[in-house]
Amino acid sequence: MSLDKDQVQHIAMLARLRLADDEFAETVDKLSRIVDFVDQLSQAATDDVVPMAHPLNASQRLRADRVTETDRRDDIQENAPSVEGGLYLVPKVIE
Amino acid sequence: MSQDLHTLTLTQLAAGLGNGDYSSVQLTEALLARIASLDKTLNAFVTVTADAALAAARRADESRAAGKGGVLNGLPVVHKDIFCTRGVLTTCGSRMLENFVAPYDATIVERLNAAGAVVLGKTNMDEFAMGSSNETSYFGPVRNPWDLERSPGGSSGGSAAAVAARFAPAATGTDTGGSIRQPAALTGTVGLKPTYGRVSRYGMIAFASSLDQAGVITRSTEDAALLLGVMAGLDERDSTSIDHPVPDYVDALSGPIDGLRVGVVRQHFDAGLDEKCAAAVREALAVLEARGAVLTEVDLPNLDLSVPTYYVVAPAECSSNLSRFDGIRFGHRADNPEDLLDLYCRSRGEGFGAEVKRRIMTGTYVLSAGYYDAYYLKAQQVRQLIADDFKKAFAEVDVIAGPTSPTPAFKLGDKTDDPITMYLNDIYTIGANLAGLPALSTPCGFVEGLPVGLHLVGPHFGEAALLRCSHHYEQETDWHTACPESYR
Repeated sequence: MSLDKDQVQHIAMLARLRLADDEFAETVDKLSRIVDFVDQLSQAATDDVVPMAHPLNASQRLRADRVTETDRRDDIQENAPSVEGGLYLVPKVIE
Repeated sequence: MSQDLHTLTLTQLAAGLGNGDYSSVQLTEALLARIASLDKTLNAFVTVTADAALAAARRADESRAAGKGGVLNGLPVVHKDIFCTRGVLTTCGSRMLENFVAPYDATIVERLNAAGAVVLGKTNMDEFAMGSSNETSYFGPVRNPWDLERSPGGSSGGSAAAVAARFAPAATGTDTGGSIRQPAALTGTVGLKPTYGRVSRYGMIAFASSLDQAGVITRSTEDAALLLGVMAGLDERDSTSIDHPVPDYVDALSGPIDGLRVGVVRQHFDAGLDEKCAAAVREALAVLEARGAVLTEVDLPNLDLSVPTYYVVAPAECSSNLSRFDGIRFGHRADNPEDLLDLYCRSRGEGFGAEVKRRIMTGTYVLSAGYYDAYYLKAQQVRQLIADDFKKAFAEVDVIAGPTSPTPAFKLGDKTDDPITMYLNDIYTIGANLAGLPALSTPCGFVEGLPVGLHLVGPHFGEAALLRCSHHYEQETDWHTACPESYR
């Protein structure tokens, strides 16, 4: 196993994922296999190779900084699990 | 008459509608009836938009009567459920978006609508397009119309199955590592992934932004050319969309392929490729040669590294793209969270399926402190080597031809235990995504009753040559017209 339980627990926390107990063991196993698999990249000779930034070497297109969107807050909040008065509700953050 | 409409291609239907042989309403009703009776077994659709389709068909008929209407006026299409469709459920195959109704249309949806297309529904897919068998969908796997025990491939499995089963003449799809071309190969359809940036990604739910590209699945190359012409071109709303002229792809089909230099990759025929698939592909190459193409051997020495490179780059991008699903603004939210952290972790833990979680975690790992250089940076270096290999090859040839997939359609459940076995299924297709190249798959034969695909890759913006090559091939063969027995 290239990854141990603690590492996987740490990655899950960084990724903000709660894994069920039965899921956890399987994840350790499969994630280890994936990491072992991608480890073969370490053998590739890449000295002096500039890492790819864009497949077509294109640069980011810019646009004028002006307002183009209309206010569609109500429309967009239709998909929110919990809103009140145009605000998104979350559990209490500050006591 | 109307009972046969499902057998016609987009181009044939355009002619029939134009001649007044039938109306778009008649056509739409015929296909909707077919979907209602046959999709229970295939599971190709997540949502069928029957009422909206009939309304759109009526509008198309009216505009035709008035002498108006775009190039797709009244023609039915289906969209992969990764494209946002205003007012319509857009799930991306995930529990996370089980109830998500898109507040806007993706650019390609908008463009097809503006051309008069009639959208029949949204197709099933691997969750967030992460999979090669359609088995990671929250809405259950799609079955292959050629053999119901088998997978149609993925991630655009629903789109491919819908086109193969004659539910619709054309479907949109997305391709991050082969997700249009592999299901096209496995279902005997034509699948086109354009150059990175050729088609707008606006409104296409992101998986790996430097690899994702929208395309189509059809039953002929001609139809793919027709659709690409409508979909392609600069979109101000996608900052990676490229400002490059859009040629008339249908017009370009008729040019000669005499002297077209077709590259055959030595490494493609190494171990791993099913022998009978190899034979079908070799036969297809001979057809192209007989038609005037010049076959040349080329090398892609880093081909083997394309899969591991992809499985660093794609998960890395996916882990950051999918961080938007926080259980707060849209998407699944866990019940009774203890605090904000619990809300995030449980909403995401419950909303995402196993494969998506693995990819997010792989991506999180390769981007995490202390591992970035060893994995992500290294992968982007190898990715450059792979792109350079293609560049060298395209100095000698116009098109690269080979197999799309190492085997024909595999059985559902066969590859779900080991992620690596599933990942290796995309060995021939992933390179085009890593290098941003256009590629397509067209049917080139059968192995034990299952379709096999011929894969063509071109240089950046080389779609016209690819389509022409594939179109010529289809003039000499009839594999692309074959229909699974129960869906004739």
